[in-house]
Amino acid sequence: MLELKNVSFNAESDGENVGIIRDISLSVDDNRFIVITGPNGGGKSTLAKLIAGIQKLSSGSIIFDGVDITDKNITERARLGIGFAFQQPVRFKGMTVLDLLRIASGKTLSISEACEYLSEVGLCAKDYINREINASLSGGELKRIEIATVIARDVKLALFDEPEAGIDLWSFNNLIRIFEKMRSDRRGRTIIVISHQERILNIADEIVVISDGRILKQGSKDEILPEITGTESAVNMCSKIQ
Amino acid sequence: MVQMDAVQKRLFEEVAGLHDIPEGAYNLRANGQSISRNTTANIDIRSKEDVSGIDIHVKAGTKNESIHIPVVLSQSGIKEDVYNDFFIGEDCDVLIVAGCGIDNCGSQDSEHDGIHRFYIGKNSRVRYVEKHYGSGDGSGKRILNPVTEVHMDEGSVMEMEMVQIKGVDSTNRTTIAELKADAKLVVQERLMTHGQQQAYSIYKVDLIGDGSAADVVSRSVARDDSYQKLDLCVIGSAACSGHTECDSIIMDNGRILAVPSLEANNIDAALVHEAAIGKIAGEQLVKLMTLGLTEAEAEEQIINGFLK
Repeated sequence: MLELKNVSFNAESDGENVGIIRDISLSVDDNRFIVITGPNGGGKSTLAKLIAGIQKLSSGSIIFDGVDITDKNITERARLGIGFAFQQPVRFKGMTVLDLLRIASGKTLSISEACEYLSEVGLCAKDYINREINASLSGGELKRIEIATVIARDVKLALFDEPEAGIDLWSFNNLIRIFEKMRSDRRGRTIIVISHQERILNIADEIVVISDGRILKQGSKDEILPEITGTESAVNMCSKIQ
Repeated sequence: MVQMDAVQKRLFEEVAGLHDIPEGAYNLRANGQSISRNTTANIDIRSKEDVSGIDIHVKAGTKNESIHIPVVLSQSGIKEDVYNDFFIGEDCDVLIVAGCGIDNCGSQDSEHDGIHRFYIGKNSRVRYVEKHYGSGDGSGKRILNPVTEVHMDEGSVMEMEMVQIKGVDSTNRTTIAELKADAKLVVQERLMTHGQQQAYSIYKVDLIGDGSAADVVSRSVARDDSYQKLDLCVIGSAACSGHTECDSIIMDNGRILAVPSLEANNIDAALVHEAAIGKIAGEQLVKLMTLGLTEAEAEEQIINGFLK
């Protein structure tokens, strides 16, 4: 279980101390699929980064599986079972997809095991396993490899920061399938996805709407989705493209 | 292997991947002397008479054979100049593994300056692997100043893999190549310096025949207080294509001067150069840390990948 207690995060902007996350408290039970949505600039990505340890809290605390992780660094949190998929995946010159999956899994992954992870995200494994993670990969390919690294880690809590950002419609449809599969096959894992996408919101157990650094609404999908449909918090891919 | 101690065996393994006596032709040199040699029906190795070194003759049409000529120095204070000439006949396809390992536990400098000259016949293909390695905790320096000269006849292909990852205090590497029509040269250099090390790497590739092509790529990492100068020059004097690239990571107080350069002497010479120097991107470290690595482990993985 993940528990955020009075979490705040301030950042300097033009010499002023601005509150990006303002006193958020949130409990997430195990085995849940949560989607965090809300307008751009509302603090969603920052919240995910605070949970993974990429940003440090200004105040408050975070408890994960009964352990206070507030002062733990990124590595320690990762080793406790928190995974994070970046909105903009990083490229690595010289490192291959297999290298990265091996690091992610923390063991000498066999090629056939690595291929399974790639197949799960809809990539034809033999075409990708020895590819370098460099500029030759498209945004959609990188995104799926990024997701595969989180799957390969077998984490207790997986955070996905706007997985749909920067990918085309065709890749988006595949992405939805990946999340649907992950949801039905989560094996006790909690999944938190930051997304505006109606189709991702539609498979949530619970939706949290964050705006201006605060929780605006929180509840089951059936309760929240009708309220936000058609707003900036729940768009469909085509309207976004238009 | 004959007359070899543990240190020498380790050095041979580092520079030539040798666990045992290699297949095919070889000449193993330790502490200034040839200690073991083998020739084959197609590959002859002879000692030079005027200077230290060997002549290697590969008969025309020799395919899928290898030549290993590693050198190790395990005594402190040795300084040697060695001249090795390779005469590769026409229509060959051979692998040449060279390289030098120095273990210096003493207080005197050890230095090996290898001068390699290649004469590659028409339509032959050569893969050349050269690894340099230093070890030992003595105050004496480990110095390697290789000079490589490549003369490529029409339609020949040479792939060079030049690797120096660890332990060489001072190096001044010069590689000069001349390519006739339709010859192709591909160079991949991997360099890492640490401590107070200094490395100078100079390439001068002259494309003199129509249809010739060169791709010279150097990837390097400078750590601690080390310094590197990478000077990669491609000269196009015919209807040719050339590409040169220096891609470097600096860490700690490392310093790098990258000077990729081009000279076009023909209207149909298509030449491109690129250079980039930077530290390891913070987001790369963060990504690997979210996968459970410490910052130091993440750095090592990024460098290993970069220099692979």
